[in-house]
Amino acid sequence: MKDADDQSATEPVATPDDPHAPRVLSEYAKAAKAALAGVSPEPGVAKPDPILVADGIRRAFGGIVAVDVDHFEVQRGSITALIGPNGAGKTTFFNLMTGFDKPNTGRWSFDGASMDGVATHRMASRGMVRTFQLTKSLTKLPVIENMKLGATGQIGEKWWNGLFPGRWKKQEAEIEARADELLTRFKLDHMRDEYAGALSGGQRKLLEMARALMTDPTLVMLDEPMAGVNPALKQSLNQHVRGLRDLGMTVLFVEHDMDMVHDISDWVIVMAEGQVIAEGTPDDISSNPAVIDAYLGAHQGKTLLEDQV
Amino acid sequence: MDIGGVLENAILQFIGFNACYYAIAAIGLNVQFGYAGLLNFGQAGFMAAGAYGVGQTASIFGISLWWGVLIGIGYSVFLGLLMGVPTLRLRADYLAIVTIASAEIVRLIVRSVKFRDQFGGTDGLKDFADTFQQVGINLGLDSAGEYGFWFFQFSGRTLWNLIVGWSLVAIFGVVVWLLMKSPWGRVLKAIREDEDAVRSLGKNVFSYKMQALVLGGVIGSFAGMMLALGNANVQPDNFSRDLTFFVLTGLVLGGVAKVTGSIIGPMVFWGIYSLLDGFLRELVDKPVRIGDFRLLQSTDVGVVVFMVMGILLVLLMVYRPQGLFGNKKEMAFEGR
Repeated sequence: MKDADDQSATEPVATPDDPHAPRVLSEYAKAAKAALAGVSPEPGVAKPDPILVADGIRRAFGGIVAVDVDHFEVQRGSITALIGPNGAGKTTFFNLMTGFDKPNTGRWSFDGASMDGVATHRMASRGMVRTFQLTKSLTKLPVIENMKLGATGQIGEKWWNGLFPGRWKKQEAEIEARADELLTRFKLDHMRDEYAGALSGGQRKLLEMARALMTDPTLVMLDEPMAGVNPALKQSLNQHVRGLRDLGMTVLFVEHDMDMVHDISDWVIVMAEGQVIAEGTPDDISSNPAVIDAYLGAHQGKTLLEDQV
Repeated sequence: MDIGGVLENAILQFIGFNACYYAIAAIGLNVQFGYAGLLNFGQAGFMAAGAYGVGQTASIFGISLWWGVLIGIGYSVFLGLLMGVPTLRLRADYLAIVTIASAEIVRLIVRSVKFRDQFGGTDGLKDFADTFQQVGINLGLDSAGEYGFWFFQFSGRTLWNLIVGWSLVAIFGVVVWLLMKSPWGRVLKAIREDEDAVRSLGKNVFSYKMQALVLGGVIGSFAGMMLALGNANVQPDNFSRDLTFFVLTGLVLGGVAKVTGSIIGPMVFWGIYSLLDGFLRELVDKPVRIGDFRLLQSTDVGVVVFMVMGILLVLLMVYRPQGLFGNKKEMAFEGR
């Protein structure tokens, strides 16, 4: 995000005011599409410059295998969608990648470094941050405090420093300036001093995304960012997600909203019954028979009457 | 009926020694319960750690009383780690169970026959506080003399206890206030709301919860030290479950997650207690009779006081759930 801060001044990243204007692809979008153009659309395919690589990840709850992924790669600088029917293991896979759950077997690496056994709280400082399917805004903290919590490496978060305001005031002011900038970008600046509990559901989604950005991530993982968001706000959320890529971040998101998936993702990975069953560009995916089968069942369009089978 | 006397007593209890060491304990409990959301039902255990720390110095180890402060802190840190390591990764309820049990274990150990030589058994410890009282005398407070104005009259000894006690309240009040204004306090308050969100933002939740538990426990141990020094003895049964819940009552009365609430709550608790107690005792002197039935006997007073206080607390929770100084706006957002 550091290199991108300068350009955010010149290039308005999120302009959700005019959703019907013909979209001009940004440099980052073109780069992501070009990088993925030569990748063949098959499950577990290798990408030219992967930021997240997972191998043989398996997680079983008792007898039920929730996740069994052979190989999984996310292209750096792209927006990758992870879709699949309910119970496909998308959220479980998210939890495994971010350390909220441990796989039974398998290894994965982020930005070239192995992530086996890395504690959850170390993920953020390595540049991986996630949001949750059910928004976790801290309702009894003001919006600005929610934001400031996100900053990593805070001096004042050690209790012995906390006692002496002189030691952390300067850093706090920098963090606050950054938080205000993000709040403005996400159009939450008017709610700055309100309790997060006073925000609407959609605003909480925005706050959670903005708070995640306070950690200066390189990979942002969004778990169903569109769940419970009204259509008007969806457009603006779309813009924000695209904006993340245009700031040089990689986005991996789980979503059921196919319009959004088609609209913003550079690459789509489809999971069903714990496995990756298909990959490809949004256009590849919408014509892939395996995906249609996974969503609608293999016998869709056939008659159910026995005598005609 | 001597209403004036009852009121004077209540006011003296409001700023009295009981209110003072309760306030120290409540400041500590507030760090754990109010800010970090840790259900510590064993504050009496931490207070016992502090009290026995200073108590053991002169009477058991034969060393200077002032080492007792370090020993008391050491005991409470140990107790905090002992409670926290197995439970802080689990759901909040488990901490509640473990803390209430640990405090009882502490009390049963110190009053046991087995450890009589270390903790004095049921007799407790005495003959250790002279050094402490001597400092007051050296500062010119004659322990038998009378000091004060109007009805605020204290013996030199009581005044010395109050000065040291309320100074500790002020120090810990400022320390906690500073900490809760800092980013450290922000992390604690966020953990109270949602641990997973805080973890995803790169904070070591377990470590912060442990810090809060230990810090609150250490402050609680100072309450125990004050109690031991003020009474010049340590009695194991002072540190029963009642103590924990009275401190908790005081905190809730004042308002959780507020430094002012944690200090004024216990003061109000003791003020009201003394007021009710004095008032009911006056009633016993001029008994209300219905036929042969005497409405209130002197032996009932102790029980009835707590019944009335319970009713008052219920009414407070119904009409002012945030307590006297709590933040009503904060209370309004229950849903996560």
